[in-house]
Amino acid sequence: MSTTTEQPSPTFDFSETPRVSFSQLVSVELRKTVDTSAGKWLVSAVLALTAAVIVLYFAIADDDQLVFEEFLGFAASPQGFLLPVLGVLLVTSEWSQRTAIVTFALAPSRTKVIGAKIVAALLMAFLAFAGAIAVAAVATAAAGRNDGFSDVTVATFVLFLGLQLLNVLQGVAYGLILLNTPAAIVAFFVLPTASSIVFTSVSSLSDLAPWLDITTAQSPLVNGDFSLTGEQLGQIGVTALIWIVLPFVAGWFRVMRAEIK
Amino acid sequence: MINVKNLSRTYGGYAAVDDISFTCRPGRVTGFLGPNGAGKTTAMRMMVGLTTPTHGETTIGGYHYHDIVNPGRHVGVLLDASAQHAGRTGREILMVGAKTMGLPTTRVDEMLAMVSLTESEAKRKLRNYSLGMKQRLGIAHALLGDPAVLILDEPANGLDPAGIRWMRDLLKGYARRGGTVLLSSHLLNEVELVADELILIGRGRIVAQGDLKSLSSLDSADSALVTPVDRDALVAALRQEGHEATPEGEGLRVSASPREVSRVSVQHGLLLNDLRSGAKGLEDLFLELTSPVQRESAPSPDSLAAVSTSKEMSR
Repeated sequence: MSTTTEQPSPTFDFSETPRVSFSQLVSVELRKTVDTSAGKWLVSAVLALTAAVIVLYFAIADDDQLVFEEFLGFAASPQGFLLPVLGVLLVTSEWSQRTAIVTFALAPSRTKVIGAKIVAALLMAFLAFAGAIAVAAVATAAAGRNDGFSDVTVATFVLFLGLQLLNVLQGVAYGLILLNTPAAIVAFFVLPTASSIVFTSVSSLSDLAPWLDITTAQSPLVNGDFSLTGEQLGQIGVTALIWIVLPFVAGWFRVMRAEIK
Repeated sequence: MINVKNLSRTYGGYAAVDDISFTCRPGRVTGFLGPNGAGKTTAMRMMVGLTTPTHGETTIGGYHYHDIVNPGRHVGVLLDASAQHAGRTGREILMVGAKTMGLPTTRVDEMLAMVSLTESEAKRKLRNYSLGMKQRLGIAHALLGDPAVLILDEPANGLDPAGIRWMRDLLKGYARRGGTVLLSSHLLNEVELVADELILIGRGRIVAQGDLKSLSSLDSADSALVTPVDRDALVAALRQEGHEATPEGEGLRVSASPREVSRVSVQHGLLLNDLRSGAKGLEDLFLELTSPVQRESAPSPDSLAAVSTSKEMSR
């Protein structure tokens, strides 16, 4: 070093600094979903309700309905209810609890952080899916019918998983666009219901309903009917675009520009 | 080292931060002082990329915050000790930070011990923390990655006197080891004992900056407080020499240096009971410079900033 009067400005040296990897952020996000009481309760509720609903179905359903697909479809309803809340909370709790200040100070790339949240949400949905499959399989075996698994196809699994993933993404999307827990949860439950009411009560709209109303489009899946036509698949895709992708994109841009307070 | 250049942020027509520039050097604690709403927090948020500046930029260690690799390892940030999930335990909050930065669990325990949070306190949820405990936890969080630069917003807020002293010693020690510290406060007495340098901000603008000594001498207008034995005689004598004297308390305030008042009294053979400098203290100066109500009566901020800069250069 030269001994000039002008001191060189001290500059950071990154040669020995480990980068914050994407997988690290995903595991931190997964950790954050279960390290608070609210998170623990929510995950426990998903598991407990899935099991409870299956037991309930076991008790009330007719004997010839005790097949794997029916069990799986029934397991989907509480999950479809609670997984989106998990998706909402992953995003909005950063704002309602104001942890976003800390999160984005440690990982300034908002793209990476939100990306990690999405992956974490999808992983949770995947786990719920695996859980539902396991519970449904046990229940089917316990029912002891010879044809219990006879209608099961790969499509069953793919569509059921797809439904769960769409659900949780919808929660994330509403979380991103509203950045407020109660508002996002209310929007998630009220808007599709309101839309359903409009589309079923106005007769001139009933032809359009499967293409515009997400509840109508997804109803075969929720009812455990996994043999879909191409048209039905298209309807699920179109409603997903309107109800999930558009809010998601808008919310994404909002968060990328937002001032973090 | 932190380099803030022409940083501004406007909301609508309102300038929350208005063209501020300053430098924080390694080995020094820089106090960022201003009343509530002066723009300290907005300025700090811009430094760490949480708020986009309308104009200007900040570099820390020569980089924009977004370009710093694993920033927690280089810059310790505490903007709001309450901005943590109320349902998370203190220890878990540090764990989340450590995992993000890729630090071992042992580092969390080290930091908890350093800020004197006991094992049972660390297991409590944040909602059951006092503000002082939150500040300690926040400091632990900022220091997790063993950073070279610390940016702390009102870290002494909510600490008891012992806690304030603890924080002071901690930051002084940190700077002595070569660290750069920027800490904000709205209380002068909180920072004047720890800061090597002060930046006074009011209404989004820097109104003065420099070390304590140069700031204290900023009140350049000569003023003396004098209690003469014969008041009328001294007033007449001062007027004869061209100095204005106005009654204040038991004596007079004179717009001249104490030395000049002393000269006049000797020359006219007048006895004095008391004579001292009428210069305002740093606290008065701070209030005058930063208070929106009294701004009109304060010396022009620009001229003060110029004085402080020239003083700094000559040091």
